[in-house]
Amino acid sequence: MVKELQEKVKQLFKDKKVDMVIGWRKGSLPLSSSPLFINKIEDVDNLIFDETCQNNLAVYITKDKRRLVKDGKKIGVIVKGCDARSLVLYCVEKQIKRENLVIIGVPCKGVFDKRKVMEQVDNKEVLGFSVNGKEVTIKGQEFEKTLDKFEIASDSCQSCVYPDAPVFDEFITEPRKEKPDIDEFAKVDKFEELSLDDRWKKITDEYSKCVRCYACRNVCPSCYCNVCFVDQNDPQWIGKSPEITDTIIFHLIRNLHVAGRCVECGACARACPEGIDLLLLNKKITKEIKERFGYTAGINIDEKPAMQSYCENEKQDFIMG
Amino acid sequence: MEKEFIPRITSFVCKWCTYTGADLAGTSRLQYPTSIILLKVLCSSRIDPVFLIKSYLKGADGVLIGGCHPGDCHYETGNYHTRRRFKILTEIFSTLGLPKERLRLSWISASEGPKFAQVSNEFTDKIENLGPNNARENMFL
Repeated sequence: MVKELQEKVKQLFKDKKVDMVIGWRKGSLPLSSSPLFINKIEDVDNLIFDETCQNNLAVYITKDKRRLVKDGKKIGVIVKGCDARSLVLYCVEKQIKRENLVIIGVPCKGVFDKRKVMEQVDNKEVLGFSVNGKEVTIKGQEFEKTLDKFEIASDSCQSCVYPDAPVFDEFITEPRKEKPDIDEFAKVDKFEELSLDDRWKKITDEYSKCVRCYACRNVCPSCYCNVCFVDQNDPQWIGKSPEITDTIIFHLIRNLHVAGRCVECGACARACPEGIDLLLLNKKITKEIKERFGYTAGINIDEKPAMQSYCENEKQDFIMG
Repeated sequence: MEKEFIPRITSFVCKWCTYTGADLAGTSRLQYPTSIILLKVLCSSRIDPVFLIKSYLKGADGVLIGGCHPGDCHYETGNYHTRRRFKILTEIFSTLGLPKERLRLSWISASEGPKFAQVSNEFTDKIENLGPNNARENMFL
């Protein structure tokens, strides 16, 4: 499949359909990958796609906008399902024109959560891995361990129902027709069954680990304000220290700012150095928006995000006069 | 002697409807509690969730939002957006086990001075019954 991907990208360069392609290359450490910016056809040989390609490459479109998005410059992005949804969101929110974007879909079978793998192998040094259907063999110095792929997949992948790009220009092999048979919101439902005190305790326990490095915000494809509210000094919205009140304000506001725009790529949770379950509240909001406003982010390029549109005769039972 | 509890209610009100309504309540000499602290914004959709969450977690006993009736927005569609945002915010509040009764959204037009006074009285009574906001204590423990 990697061969086909490389051939396709080379063909796109030859046909002058793209000026640049963003993809993945092998990382310097095992179980990791780095982003690869291809400007010349010779660089295509470094391109890979496997279970270590966890970065959401769509972020570069907004975070490196000044350099990448130029008039008429065509950018190809190699995308998993979630990344493609980010790109669709960018088109809807007018961050990039659809005609300047070449979406190259790849069939995603879930990405590893490095933290989970390391836990399974007792933090021993990993040298490589091989995938065989639903089993993954992790190889290291003087050990070899076979793991269930679902177990070590990222949290977001375990509840993913859009593994393939919903909108694309090119697709390597064929996009799958059926959606995976997974309950998307199983974790949220389980959380909601807890008692009030338990819920509050779980949230404070999780978020008290936060060191406020803002890695979750930096890696989030939906967070692209020029000046984030946490960086503003005048007025200063929240305190700068990792103190629990401010931390919870930060996370709640971030959740509400990406409400209805989160594509659940799980990049925030994977980037978190403390391993906080950041997806939970995002999933909760996604569920609420899906049930109430019937909207899912990044699926339809003509549909406005739920929080940027409205319906005049909506239920307003929650308003007391 | 126990100190009497006077709630502090932060209210974010729209310049075109609710603020003018409050003005009317004043000029009509209607009584409403001093616990309501009015903050004027140009439109209720200008209210970022950060305003509400920060007010609540930093110790406001209640947070009130006032806006124009649906369809009456000075900017045509602002309050429809407020409505959706408020819904998601209350949803998050109840999921986290924070009291969503301390948040209130009301549509009060410029001619509804009496309604403004009534909402203020009602909401203050409610907050008085709920007691002081213990978010600060909870958070710092």
